[in-house]
Amino acid sequence: MKPEYKIISDLIEKDAKVLDVGCDDGTLMEFLKTNKNANIRGIEISKEKVQICIAKGLTVIEGNAEFDLKQFPNDSFEYVVLGQTLQAFINPEIVIKELLRVGNKAIVTIPNFGHWKVRLNLLFKGTMPITKSLPHDWYNTPNIHMCTIKDFVRFSKIINFKIFKSLALINENVSDINNSNLIFKNLFGELGIFLIEK
Amino acid sequence: MNIKQNIKTLIVEKPLKLDCGQTINNFPLAYETYGSLNNEKDNAILVFHALTGDQFVTGTNPVTKKDGWWSYAVGSGKSIDTDKYFVICANVIGGCMGSFGPSHENPKTKKIYGTDFPVITINDMVNAQINLLDFFGIKKLFSVVGGSMGGMQVLQFISNYPDKAKTAIPIACTSSHSAQNIAFNELGRQAIAADHNWSDGDYNSKNIVPDKGLAVARMAAHITYLSKKGLQEKFGRKLQERDDLKFGFDADFQIESYLRYQGSVFVDRFDANSYLYITRAMDYFDLVKQFDGNLSNAFKNTKAKFFIISFTSDWLYPTQENKDIVIALNAVGANVGFVEIESDKGHDSFLLNVPDFLKALKNFLDKSYAEKNS
Repeated sequence: MKPEYKIISDLIEKDAKVLDVGCDDGTLMEFLKTNKNANIRGIEISKEKVQICIAKGLTVIEGNAEFDLKQFPNDSFEYVVLGQTLQAFINPEIVIKELLRVGNKAIVTIPNFGHWKVRLNLLFKGTMPITKSLPHDWYNTPNIHMCTIKDFVRFSKIINFKIFKSLALINENVSDINNSNLIFKNLFGELGIFLIEK
Repeated sequence: MNIKQNIKTLIVEKPLKLDCGQTINNFPLAYETYGSLNNEKDNAILVFHALTGDQFVTGTNPVTKKDGWWSYAVGSGKSIDTDKYFVICANVIGGCMGSFGPSHENPKTKKIYGTDFPVITINDMVNAQINLLDFFGIKKLFSVVGGSMGGMQVLQFISNYPDKAKTAIPIACTSSHSAQNIAFNELGRQAIAADHNWSDGDYNSKNIVPDKGLAVARMAAHITYLSKKGLQEKFGRKLQERDDLKFGFDADFQIESYLRYQGSVFVDRFDANSYLYITRAMDYFDLVKQFDGNLSNAFKNTKAKFFIISFTSDWLYPTQENKDIVIALNAVGANVGFVEIESDKGHDSFLLNVPDFLKALKNFLDKSYAEKNS
């Protein structure tokens, strides 16, 4: 289980109605079902992953989040979770707006491209960084819109959504991000976790 | 054909008002069951058959002596596990395997109904079958399941009886028949009508059958159940028991021979007038129109958990039409899962050995059943 699942779970109230966008093999869904008694649905693009979810008794719709969120009416869910996939969309702006239309709140996690290892990798090697959380070569990566924690904070101002809570994950420890420590967290945070609202 | 002795029949006494305006009562509904109903009576699954199916879902069909139409999916240890669930399936009204249909005698005229039989709809079929619940003392079914026209019945069932099933699995179906669907059905009906033996539906009194017309109808329909890729891989341009073309109109190609065979075996087991009536029922099916253009309203009162399944190569009821049902369900916040199964076997995929499909069906049912008991 990914370390951020516990953190995501802590952000969600008991019995909440939740949509996990890009729910993968349903691990987070199961976790939220058990720990928060969440009324949880998932949407997943891979047929194999959908099958795994069905085998776990989870309610999952095979679909592409970029196009298939349209089918949900406004405010269908209390929370919509988007785990480490924002960077893979053709149009992250539309996706964020859709998340906040479908859900009252959204929880978005992003692998931080501003992490020092990524920066050093590019500085010294002069090639596109390959790390544990970003294992692909530049030519076959699904991650076409990488951003940093700082970029995401700026993005919130540009497309006008509120960041309710921002957390950084460093060596499996979670800490708050605020204006005064943003530069530091942007350098050391492996993952940014944001609770956002319209 | 003395088939009666192998057919279980419920005589439905309660009057049923059909969509066409006529009311029927004391009509026969032929059914079959598999597995056993538990003490809580909460393990029953009502399976709806497709156009040319019947109540003999699995095992050996006692009339045709062939495997039941859903033998891959239903049986001991299979997706719809008869060791665990009590499976009920009824022959639709309008059909020809014992249920009230056009080959029955009209008590008023003492003649076979033929085309005097009332036009029935998917709604009528479902309203006839609901009587089986009372008959077995079942308050709520564990599931309603069906592919193709069976899927349409699943949708109609939930819409009519929102609290009578815990789960619903419409497979490879649609919420309303498209122009293309109607066109293919019309082709079949016209093939039957063009057979001189059909005699405006009165062939029974003359002791003849419009077998040529019915066979052509079946051949045309059969093509729509398969995919281009599937046909190409299975038959290609292979010749039938000959080394070269014969420059004539015999079946030179294997695909021709195959279709002719499919047509010829079909006429032995199916009634031409039933074919007209059932295809008509499918064409009239439009759940969207029934709810004034908003399919979601068909499902707004149900708590049933849905699982919708489509197949990549099904061009008769393509994925998008199945997805439209998912969208309508999501619009009313229904509990709905959906998967599109990769298969080259076309619309017929749901009847065949398609492991991903059979696995998904089994997992959904077994997990939902376990949830119920937890």
